[in-house]
Amino acid sequence: MDKKIRVLLAKPGLDGHDRGIKVIAAAFRDAGFEVIYTGLRQTPQMIVQAAIEEDVDAIGVSILSGAHMTLFPAILDEMKAKNAGDIILFGGGIIPDDDKEELEKLGVAKVFTPGAPTEQAIEFLKKTIADKKSDEKIM
Amino acid sequence: MFSSKFLDKLKGRLADWNKTAEKFRQKKSMPRFFTVSGVDIDELYTPLNIEKYADDEHYWNEIGLPGEYPYTRGVHHTMYRTRLWTMRQFAGMGTPSQTNERFHYILKQGGTGLSTAFDLPTLMGYDSDHPRSLGEVGKCGVAVDTLADMEIIFDGIDLAEVSTSMTINSPASMLLAMYIAVAEKKGIPSEKLRGTLQNDILKEYIAQKEFIFPPRPSIRLITDMMEYCTKKVPQWNTISISGYHIREAGATAVQELAYTLADGFQYIESAIEAGQDVDEFAPRLSFFFNAHSDFFEEIAKYRAARRIYAKRMKNKYGAKNPKSWLLRFHTQTAGCSLTAQQPENNITRTAIQALSAVLGGTQSLHTNAMDETLALPSEKAALIALRTQQVIAYETGVANTVDPLAGSYFVEALTDKMEEEAEKIFQEIEERDGVLECIEQGYFQRELAKSAYAHQTELETNERVIVGVNKYVMDGEELEIPVLRIDRAVEQEQVEFTKKIRAERDQGRAEQAMARLREVARGEGNTFEAILECSRAYCSVGEMCDILREEWGEYSESASAMQVS
Amino acid sequence: MTVLERFYEGDIRALSRIISHIENGREGYRDVLSRLYDRVGSSLRLGITGPPGAGKSTLVNCLAHRLLKQGHKVGVVAVDPTSPFTGGALLGDRVRMSDFPTDGSFYFRSMATRGASGGLANATDNVTIAYDAFGFDVTLLETVGVGQVELDIVDSCDTVAVVVVPESGDSVQTMKAGLMEIADIFCVNKSDRPGAERIISELRQMLKMRKPPEDKWSIPVVRTVATSTDGVEELEEAINKHRAHMGESGFFEKRRRYQIRKKILTVLRNRFQNEFVDRLREQGDLDQAVDEILAKKTNPFEVGDNLYRRFSA
Repeated sequence: MDKKIRVLLAKPGLDGHDRGIKVIAAAFRDAGFEVIYTGLRQTPQMIVQAAIEEDVDAIGVSILSGAHMTLFPAILDEMKAKNAGDIILFGGGIIPDDDKEELEKLGVAKVFTPGAPTEQAIEFLKKTIADKKSDEKIM
Repeated sequence: MFSSKFLDKLKGRLADWNKTAEKFRQKKSMPRFFTVSGVDIDELYTPLNIEKYADDEHYWNEIGLPGEYPYTRGVHHTMYRTRLWTMRQFAGMGTPSQTNERFHYILKQGGTGLSTAFDLPTLMGYDSDHPRSLGEVGKCGVAVDTLADMEIIFDGIDLAEVSTSMTINSPASMLLAMYIAVAEKKGIPSEKLRGTLQNDILKEYIAQKEFIFPPRPSIRLITDMMEYCTKKVPQWNTISISGYHIREAGATAVQELAYTLADGFQYIESAIEAGQDVDEFAPRLSFFFNAHSDFFEEIAKYRAARRIYAKRMKNKYGAKNPKSWLLRFHTQTAGCSLTAQQPENNITRTAIQALSAVLGGTQSLHTNAMDETLALPSEKAALIALRTQQVIAYETGVANTVDPLAGSYFVEALTDKMEEEAEKIFQEIEERDGVLECIEQGYFQRELAKSAYAHQTELETNERVIVGVNKYVMDGEELEIPVLRIDRAVEQEQVEFTKKIRAERDQGRAEQAMARLREVARGEGNTFEAILECSRAYCSVGEMCDILREEWGEYSESASAMQVS
Repeated sequence: MTVLERFYEGDIRALSRIISHIENGREGYRDVLSRLYDRVGSSLRLGITGPPGAGKSTLVNCLAHRLLKQGHKVGVVAVDPTSPFTGGALLGDRVRMSDFPTDGSFYFRSMATRGASGGLANATDNVTIAYDAFGFDVTLLETVGVGQVELDIVDSCDTVAVVVVPESGDSVQTMKAGLMEIADIFCVNKSDRPGAERIISELRQMLKMRKPPEDKWSIPVVRTVATSTDGVEELEEAINKHRAHMGESGFFEKRRRYQIRKKILTVLRNRFQNEFVDRLREQGDLDQAVDEILAKKTNPFEVGDNLYRRFSA
């Protein structure tokens, strides 16, 4: 059976504007991904725990409130703490260019800004996931 | 309007006309012509499209005159000739003192009303020092924890003179209570206060998702406040029933219209059920719509909204006072239409959207700043946005006459169509057992997600053009407008201030007030009065909301609301 | 360390990897499962099924919280449909899950049906084996819930609760026979709404009419309002009663025997499918056969016989 791409989508922080993330969820589904949508107001701990349980290839978060410089690093820290640093973290939202650069330096794989076509994110994930190598042995 | 003889003749002329037109059509491959909401638009509108108005009675029932039932042409007789719309720019950022500075600036520039944006912790009922507030304090608006913050925000502003709008929903009671308490300290009686609260919890469940408590206790908070204000704050508009956020969440114009009105009718029914007289509270209800880019569709939407509302208030809810029939509304240009690419183009978009709101007869208007897809508006961008309204008001001449587009074959036909489509949605909501049931079943949420996805798909297949995004794209674009940033020190400053206020207040009074709030929440009594006493005692928004969370529980969305199709 | 070794040490991440391995039918997944099966204890498996909007997720949420409080380790599998057109899926059942511990006593996995039509994914039953081996003593299974009878759940559960709401009156009528077949318990959720009494009496009527079942279990009708947790305690009691009744009457073992028999056949069928049918399809042997059939040289039945003979040889 083909390996399905599994992606967790979440909204961290307090903001409830979920139009963007739902559009992304539908676009990913139509691209053949399995999308686990965890809903609003997820803490970094909840997001990383869910990502581990669902064994996803990538975590996508949407942040429109301006809290991105706090929330992205908090998620990255939690991923490291839970030994889940190999999961791809990407995101989107109202994020100025300088912050985008800084976040990508910190370890966010990619930050998409408003107006980016969903196709861009789909292609990015397909490629990045295909390039991922693992020497894990099951048994 | 037109005699049947004339209409017959027109039919004949149109048939000939069409033969010639067909030659032009055949020369081109024709794209689809449709509104931003996906409504197909005809090539030509003629008197035949408004044939029904030839009937006298139909004309008076559906169009009439401005300031008269059914108010299709506007809520005042003279509209902007005697009073322009209120130019109300939404502002609020960082600490209370920064917001206070911005307010003074707006008043100095000729703004005529204040509008307050709160930060997310305040909107969600958390104090600035709550762990969930981390990184969010002062970001999307001003942080308000206690009365002390409100005292700073309105320092040096005469509350008897300005009208203040507060964009707050779940904790709306707490913020209005604090505003009243600030006025008390300034010696201004609550009867003199003028302003509007958003306070529309239903659209939070549907669209913006800033909910705290479950729907039923939330509605109790609202009806308790309405009851208090009827007696003590009679000039306050206690609720602004909002389609704005529904549109932003992906709704089409028709969905915005229908869902918003349905919410409004739900509040009206709840208040009637709670024993209030419709003519007592209805005159203080107001609405809040979005102005998107499809010019005529928006104008038709506002006109249809007034007509539908007047008909229902009069016929279904039996309101006798003509003031209860009026749908008055605030408008904000569409944030979701703005683009991060070539952001200066947003000035043009906003200007056209604002024009549609004015031609649609709005009572007040907020114009968005060009940089809002990038961050909070910079001072310059906010000023251009206000100037846009002033240009419309003073230079274009559109305010010279009332409802200038009435009688346009297209606008009247589109207004009718809007009403017709909205009625279909009301029908569906009714078949699904009403608004609350639809919320719990995730009906609205799914419909919005579907519309939003359809819109995105049209963009990506280039069926729909957005300038600078999928056409006339400029590569390697350099951002040339300054972006406002909120200093990270704001959060620390606010946290320390709140801790200090909590430590210095009269603990006995605060404890007593909070105990009373808990008692009322658990049983009977007016929650607003208890909240007002808490506010006077410097209890924080977070403390009050925590008590209600403990007593009423927290709301979370149903899984079925997640499904997109 | 291999993933399986980490699994034995209680590493949640390893459990998740193993589940993906099983779900994706990766090479050697049967070996993994047979190692895991050695550790299978007596985890109780509860199924929750019912039409869309019945509040299944909310009930699972409530039940899981109760079970955790009693000191159980709880695993949940929630299944959502795969789109037949795109192969993608939107799995939204986690939205309802809130305030669960992250200390390893609770685990939640969303699965897409990936083409299966019986209410669960093909790999769901195997995933419950991994749960059991990992040490969860209760597994909750939530079916897709698309408004038809979802039979698969009977093969993977010890107790099945069918959840309906007052609004599901019509669908209950049309699915009557099937529902009786799978339900051990009926749960009328949102029972504070109008119409609740009607559906309860309809269900009781239906239950009276059926012929007495072999296991002599009389199906209870429990009322709940899951959003306020009302009645969830009663639901749990009904589950415990069913478990006790099945144990005392010997039908618990009987049901498990039936499930194991079925499991063996499923393993065989899957293997036949994977190693013979799927391979055939890939190898392109079929094109030639199709040509010959079109040329009237042979027919599908003869081709099938020949291919089968080749396989069994």
